[in-house]
Amino acid sequence: MRAPLRPLASILRARERGEDPNLIEAENLRLRHEALHEKTQRRAARRLGLMALAFSCAYLTIGVRMGHLAASEPVEPVASAAGAEIMAQRADITDRNGRILATNMTTHALYAHPRDMVDPKGTAKKLQEIFPELDAAALERRFTDGRAFVWVRKVLSPEQMQKVHEIGDPGLLFGPREMRLYPNGSLAAHVLGGYAFGAEGVHSAEVIGTAGIEKAMDARLRDPAEAGAPLTLSLDLSVQATVEEVLGAGITMMNAKGGAVILMDVRTGEILALASAPTFDPNDRPVPLVGKNDEPSDSPLFNRAVQGVYELGSTFKIFAAAQAMELGLVGPTTMVDANAPMIWGKHRIKEFENHNYGPLLSVSDVIAKSSNVGVAHIALMIGPLRQQAFLKSLGFFEPTPLELIEAPGAKPLIPKKWPEIVTITTSYGHGMSASPMHLAAAYAAIANGGIYVKPTLLKQDGPAKGHRVLSEQVAAEARKMLRRVVTDGTASYGEVPGYEVAGKTGTADKPKRSGGYYHDKVINTFASMYPASNPKYVLIVTLDEPVNTMGPVPRRTAGWTAVPVAAEIIRRTSPLLGLRPQVAQATGVELTAASN
Amino acid sequence: MRPVLFVLSFLSLIALGFWAYRENYATQAALREVRGLQRQIADLRESLSVQRAEWAYLNRPDRLRELVDLNFDALGLLPMDPTQFGAAAQVSYPVPEVPAIKGPIDVQGELGAVADTAAASAEAAAAAAEEGL
Repeated sequence: MRAPLRPLASILRARERGEDPNLIEAENLRLRHEALHEKTQRRAARRLGLMALAFSCAYLTIGVRMGHLAASEPVEPVASAAGAEIMAQRADITDRNGRILATNMTTHALYAHPRDMVDPKGTAKKLQEIFPELDAAALERRFTDGRAFVWVRKVLSPEQMQKVHEIGDPGLLFGPREMRLYPNGSLAAHVLGGYAFGAEGVHSAEVIGTAGIEKAMDARLRDPAEAGAPLTLSLDLSVQATVEEVLGAGITMMNAKGGAVILMDVRTGEILALASAPTFDPNDRPVPLVGKNDEPSDSPLFNRAVQGVYELGSTFKIFAAAQAMELGLVGPTTMVDANAPMIWGKHRIKEFENHNYGPLLSVSDVIAKSSNVGVAHIALMIGPLRQQAFLKSLGFFEPTPLELIEAPGAKPLIPKKWPEIVTITTSYGHGMSASPMHLAAAYAAIANGGIYVKPTLLKQDGPAKGHRVLSEQVAAEARKMLRRVVTDGTASYGEVPGYEVAGKTGTADKPKRSGGYYHDKVINTFASMYPASNPKYVLIVTLDEPVNTMGPVPRRTAGWTAVPVAAEIIRRTSPLLGLRPQVAQATGVELTAASN
Repeated sequence: MRPVLFVLSFLSLIALGFWAYRENYATQAALREVRGLQRQIADLRESLSVQRAEWAYLNRPDRLRELVDLNFDALGLLPMDPTQFGAAAQVSYPVPEVPAIKGPIDVQGELGAVADTAAASAEAAAAAAEEGL
């Protein structure tokens, strides 16, 4: 209700008294304005208050949230986690068909809190009963000298864990562990290498590779992004097992100290089997030899196929012959001087058992008969520089690019200077040393129509790209020569019916540590490829100090030792690889039964 | 009009609060279930990996070779040999069964109809077999 500015009663009264009625109006107007002003002010104050409340609420919320974020442990949003963190921490290793070579297993480590122990002395004694390799006195000392934490064992089997449980001491505790397991035992041990624990904690421990492919591919195996995908090797488990079985039998029969086998696919460069004997169990890796006088090759850890850098002997002869043909210096039927002994400066180059195959021999016969003098003359035609360049293109001057941690360390031994006498000796495989793996890669180049492909231990999708080192015709001619070595040369025991084995034997005397050579210790090598007309595989067999005692006199040439072993490997593995023997086609009418 | 709006918005506030409360607990229950399932998956994965390892261990070539040797009498398994490859032509097909001919077979008609003879003789043989039964 609005109060009137000029209430009639007051005006009349004022007029009666003779006062100015306008004063009343002015007074009322003032009052009205005052009330209005007061009302506006109150509303403004209320609004300001509301605003202040809203802002302080907002700031308070933000402040509380910030304080909460700062004070609380960070937690991942659970609803979006897919459970990937549960995956194994190290990827499996499988063969080319997906069969497991290395996997992980959960187990437990045993540690102790000695301060919580009820009976340290009795516990130490009981622990020694479970683990005979522990020393009860030392354990008791560690339990009682006041320390708070003691590692007892890195890995326990479930039975051992149960027995430790049965001791019942509250100071003994278990930590989960993921350990590496090689279910096939010593199979492919030199490829796989081994593992060890890295940084160790109570709740988990790092598993790291210590040798072989486990160490070379450590980053890939530990990559969490690829933990679910196993590392697929080029090895074939059944072929590898067969190769190891035959090699082991061959070493026993040939009384050898050790041996190595490499089976390689010539198109892709994949290593299908790589064996070195003696071998070891990667689940329980032996301690490496560290003594000053220890020969590294005496340790079973030594990988003869990759680390064994030897003079490879006559297996090198084919390289000189192939290069001379590539350069157009000779053809397979060209006659070369093979009159032994050959005198070069103060050196006499002799043949095996002082034969003389001369005076002239065709290049093909030089290879088939393994004539040192003949190949020396061929090498002299080539000359040192071109010889070096060719051997370099075959990978003989660098460590092999194999995915093993041992591979880069196995550098070929190359003479510093390369005078003509080195050219001569290198042509028959003396004076420079390389590993069987080098030889496999070089022979694969001849087998693969003259294209060098890098050997690899990882499964490949298709033929590998490589560089050409020989023309296709020369490679084919070289293979024919190698085939002759088996049909009517030094490797007659290498013939496997249907598989057209072609290869070259090599026998090299072992160098003494003190210098010079042993006369009754040799390294025998047989480098082969099959089937010769269209090679698919290269097989290298190396035996260390073999001697064939089956005949009346002990024989130490590769033709009597490494070659029969290689032939048996070819006979046994080819069916596993699905390689059909080439059988002579029966002539005449063939009847085919057809059912309707 | 205004009071109605007030009451309605108050009611909707209560409804929303109730809904949020329920959703909160439903989410927590779902998360708990997910955690349980993940633990279960982890356990299953672990036992799967153990079983895979065990399978690989039981199928290691050394052991299989030993078992083959031990059970040679029953299995007679030998290492594979190159001579075991064969051609499809070498597979012996089962001999087609010809019903036994028990009675004499009469053949009538022109000798020139050689083309029909095969079919006819088969029919005759079948008929003879039926007669024989």
